[in-house]
Amino acid sequence: MAKRIDVLHLNVYYGAFLAVEGVNLAIEPKAVTAFIGPSGCGKSTVLRTLNRMHEVTPGARIEGKVLLDSQDIYAPEVDPVNVRSTIGMVFQKPNPFPTMSIYGNVVAGIRLKRRTRKSELDDVVEASLRGANLWEEVKDRLDRPGSVLSGGQQQRLCIARAIAIEPQVLLMDEPCSALDPISTLAIEELIYELKQQYTIVIVTHNMQQAARVSDTTAFFNIAGTGKPGRLIEMDETKTIFSQPAEKATEDYISGRFG
Amino acid sequence: MATLTPTGSQVHDLLAQRRLPWWNTAAVAAISVAIAGLFALTTPISGTAGTAVTALLTFMVVQTAVSTAVEGRRYAVDRLATTLLVGALVAALIPLVSILLTVLLRGLHALDPSFLTSTMRNVSPRKPGGGIVHALIGTIEQVAIAAAIGIPLGILAAIYLVEFGNRSRLARTVSFFVDVMTGIPSIVAGLFVYTALVLTVGLERSGFVGGVALSILMIPVVVRSTEEMLRLVPRDLREASYALSVPKYLTVLRVVLPAASTGIITGSMLAVARVTGETAPLLLTTFLTQSINANPFSGPQASLPTFVWDQIGSGTTASVDRAWAGALTLIVLVMILNIGARGIARLSRVK
Ligand SMILES: Nc1ncnc2c1ncn2[C@@H]1O[C@H](COP(=O)(O)OP(=O)(O)OP(=O)(O)O)[C@@H](O)[C@H]1O
Ligand SMILES: [Mg+2]
Repeated sequence: MAKRIDVLHLNVYYGAFLAVEGVNLAIEPKAVTAFIGPSGCGKSTVLRTLNRMHEVTPGARIEGKVLLDSQDIYAPEVDPVNVRSTIGMVFQKPNPFPTMSIYGNVVAGIRLKRRTRKSELDDVVEASLRGANLWEEVKDRLDRPGSVLSGGQQQRLCIARAIAIEPQVLLMDEPCSALDPISTLAIEELIYELKQQYTIVIVTHNMQQAARVSDTTAFFNIAGTGKPGRLIEMDETKTIFSQPAEKATEDYISGRFG
Repeated sequence: MATLTPTGSQVHDLLAQRRLPWWNTAAVAAISVAIAGLFALTTPISGTAGTAVTALLTFMVVQTAVSTAVEGRRYAVDRLATTLLVGALVAALIPLVSILLTVLLRGLHALDPSFLTSTMRNVSPRKPGGGIVHALIGTIEQVAIAAAIGIPLGILAAIYLVEFGNRSRLARTVSFFVDVMTGIPSIVAGLFVYTALVLTVGLERSGFVGGVALSILMIPVVVRSTEEMLRLVPRDLREASYALSVPKYLTVLRVVLPAASTGIITGSMLAVARVTGETAPLLLTTFLTQSINANPFSGPQASLPTFVWDQIGSGTTASVDRAWAGALTLIVLVMILNIGARGIARLSRVK
């Protein structure tokens, strides 16, 4: 069910600009992997290469390999659309479709692609919204537009939408950065539950959050502006936060950065 | 509260600002008009337009002087800028309002129910009577044909340019020619279609050929407005859709187009409204007739703009009256289209 991801010798370019260099990392199934590091070090960039979302950006390209259970997702015969149906994504800013209802948002990934029976969709909606801890709050107004929800609810709606297509891996780019502590807590609990089924990768600027939710933590850093970002070290979260191997990691975590 | 209120003199020093009384503007305006009147009587600068300009200039000078003296520089500049802006607005509205009023007053003269239901068949140019139903039918059919050709082509071209072109050579070429098309005079579009469809292909002049000519004028407008609307759709939405593994063409169809639909509908209807009043291309392509020809594919067809042109050309009192009434009908039709566009746009947004 849940799959692992291995990244080998990954370089990412935006046009001629080398944004990330030489990243090797292993993402374990049914676990939460956190990416931390200073702004601009390439966390989002690496995350987006994991489901080929960077290809939406004109001029972005990669070198190296990304293996999903040992299958190269960049192999020529691989369709990015299939990659993304296996590896879902939640963005920093909640982005429900404004022209669709709450119900429509949840089933968007299914209904946009094929005709499905209403009863089947109803089941998916309830299961996904329950999965995202949002069902109780919205079950009476599924036909209202997604934009009537609060920011935290919208973010959970986006998570529901992402899990509705039953991916095996869920990528989250700072999913809580626009949310209040209570919504953040709700989403952290949700991540904890989702971990039973999915492989999760989360980018966060919040050290406590990384420490709370993740099993493994990867620290990225950048040598200076214009230089490429690199993976400094990756280890069990406990180890990273108690006795990191690298001085840079320790400095960053303890706030003695730069 | 009371403990927080400083003494009056402190308020005056710190925050208060001496302002001109509310009646100042009216007073200055009255003085300016008086001075301008004096000017008109004593100098060669007279006439309505001249006096208005003198009054406006006097108003600006007097008001700036008074305001600078009493309120200080910032308020004086504010008043001057406000005067200029309101002046520009009024100047822009004068021709518009005057056209509407003239057409309304002169058009209502000959406009009666029979005008909307009869044709010009067997009506002498010299005599009152007759009507525009044949032209109304023609215009509606021609514009519908133009819309049926121009709107889909324009929208598809814009979708290509924004979503699939990626600044490729083809996209840049298309974009360049759309710019060129925006600038072609309408009679050239008429000549082109006349040459292509009538002289070369051998079609007879008809409502359809006219509709094609109008569609050529519509396309660039539709392309540009649709392009703008599509570019306004946030990247976030496209990315959200791709991340749900929705293929690109479905993302465009189901996510991007609905998000932009309001603007696209409005833009298309404005393009329709714009070509509804085109005269020159129709004179070449639909020709003229005085009776109903409901078949746009065969034979000459009347239209509102060519009706107006024809009636003005006859030059008799009765025909000029009919021309004004025809112009009024045309304006009302365009207004209905505009209001309809807004209505449709609003409906589609509620959903
Ligand atoms: N679309 C793009 N085009 C060009 N350069 C980009 C683009 N997106 C990111 N970059 C560059 O790539 C580098 C890494 O950016 P990225 O967004 O991955 O950083 P990040 O670690 O996610 O930062 P943050 O924590 O602020 O989100 C930066 O130098 C950035 O300027
Ligand atoms: Mg980022």
